[in-house]
Amino acid sequence: MGMTMTQKILAAHAGLDHVEVGQLIRANLDMVLANDITGPVAINEFEKAEFGQVFDKSKVSLVMDHFTPNKDIKSAEQCMQCRTFARRFDLDNFYDVGNMGIEHALLPEKGLVAAGDAIIGADSHTCTYGALGAFSTGVGSTDLAAGMATGQAWFKIPSALKFELTGSLPENVSGKDVILHIIGMIGVDGALYKSMEFTGEGVKSLSMDDRLCITNMAIEAGAKNGIFPVDEITEAYMEGRVERKWTKYEADTDAEYDETYTIDLSALRPTVSFPHLPENTKTIDEVGDVAIQQVVIGSCTNGRLSDMKIAAEILKGQHIHPDVRAIIIPATQQIYKECIKLGYLDAFIDAGCVVSTPTCGPCLGGHMGILAAGERCVATTNRNFVGRMGHVDSEVYLASPAVAAASAIAGRISGPKGGK
Amino acid sequence: MDAKGRVHKYGNNVDTDVIIPARHLNTQDHKELASHCMEDIDKNFVNKVKEGDIMVAGDNFGCGSSREHAPIAIKASGISCVIATTFARIFYRNSINIGLPILECAEASEKIQEGDEVSIDFNTGVITNLTKNETYQALPFPEFIKDIMAKGGLMNSLK
Repeated sequence: MGMTMTQKILAAHAGLDHVEVGQLIRANLDMVLANDITGPVAINEFEKAEFGQVFDKSKVSLVMDHFTPNKDIKSAEQCMQCRTFARRFDLDNFYDVGNMGIEHALLPEKGLVAAGDAIIGADSHTCTYGALGAFSTGVGSTDLAAGMATGQAWFKIPSALKFELTGSLPENVSGKDVILHIIGMIGVDGALYKSMEFTGEGVKSLSMDDRLCITNMAIEAGAKNGIFPVDEITEAYMEGRVERKWTKYEADTDAEYDETYTIDLSALRPTVSFPHLPENTKTIDEVGDVAIQQVVIGSCTNGRLSDMKIAAEILKGQHIHPDVRAIIIPATQQIYKECIKLGYLDAFIDAGCVVSTPTCGPCLGGHMGILAAGERCVATTNRNFVGRMGHVDSEVYLASPAVAAASAIAGRISGPKGGK
Repeated sequence: MDAKGRVHKYGNNVDTDVIIPARHLNTQDHKELASHCMEDIDKNFVNKVKEGDIMVAGDNFGCGSSREHAPIAIKASGISCVIATTFARIFYRNSINIGLPILECAEASEKIQEGDEVSIDFNTGVITNLTKNETYQALPFPEFIKDIMAKGGLMNSLK
């Protein structure tokens, strides 16, 4: 029997010719990642076990992005612990305030993750890098500590769901709508323990930013990983960023999948996830009248340059609704600079939005945009659980940058009107 | 190793944000994390939980964020085992890695109710509901995972 793309990458990293679903393997890792929340817990475990060395100082990334710039004394101390650890082992990839970005936007941008890699990160959205044709999955801090020490992690070989994409996206519909539609279809545990493999002729119509957004939210369907094939678009993205050799894997033609879903991209509509689960989706035509008080455009899901472009084009020359606060967070310093150069920051600020330095802040209810009881927010982030962005009686509606920007102007959940 | 205690029952898709809200992730102190355990879904949990108690839930327990603070908070609050129909995969790994016993058992998850007295034999995977006088069989762990648990978690198993 043939292997899926994920199974091939895992087999290669375990030094095996073939693997079967359910088989337990120990895989060699190309990158291990932690942030200012999961890093300290991993460092404690690493030190408690008295490991004297990291396995490879070029393959450990620490990104200070969640509660930074430090939101309080305890957060400052967590960052200090990571900083001390990074200096002790002379880590090549420690990203602090000033050069950091949101981790899952930063690592691809810096060329630190590449096609064919096996990557773990102590952050559930580590599945993002599957967009590049890598196996990449989220783990906890203890797995990460073991990964830093040994360069390995154990995995159970997953079965897979195949998403055959056809057609191309209509105007004002983006990768976010694709993944929200899929989660709405299969549910928040629809891909539990499995790979989500995206394939088909529709893939070529999706930009890298669309693909990164789609794989980013594979975890929201419970998946172990999400993965795209490597094509000209992937290669063009890695060109000039990835300095090492990368490997292109393809699923065998006789690979087995638990299910195959065909998604006609041209039939998708702007989609919104209602509280309190990402699977509670409605298309924009079905949302009804929902007044909002806040909009957040950013995060590891939708803080990339094309997201900023979509928002800027909608907000340019307009003003947001007087009842709405709109917080816009370019995901990396590079994206922030591009936004300045391209005039997006002027468009945002003139429209009455605030623009923040990169941070995960509001997405997880950390800081920089916490909601009061009864408030509603349209966010381009990834989770709308109870209390996710603040008070347990607040609500988060997940949507694309286009819907979020249009909603900021309308003061209620709203689709972008005609044109771009 | 066995467990015995009173049950705290929850529904499907209990996410790690409600197990331990992100506003408390600026600490790694187990006791402090435990003092906020479940507060966004069950404010009274920390007052009523007793050492050895058992948590029972439905599908996809521990979904969402990879924060290991979630199983740490549950373990430090005194819970001796979490039984669910299914676990989100990162939470599953984290629990094994830190030594929080978990069991997958759809029947137990369906039949056990809030406040039931339950005992668990970890060797056989048999869950006994002392209140209802019923037994349920949990899925056994693979040997590989049993080995990690027997050695007291992942880091010890690497030594």
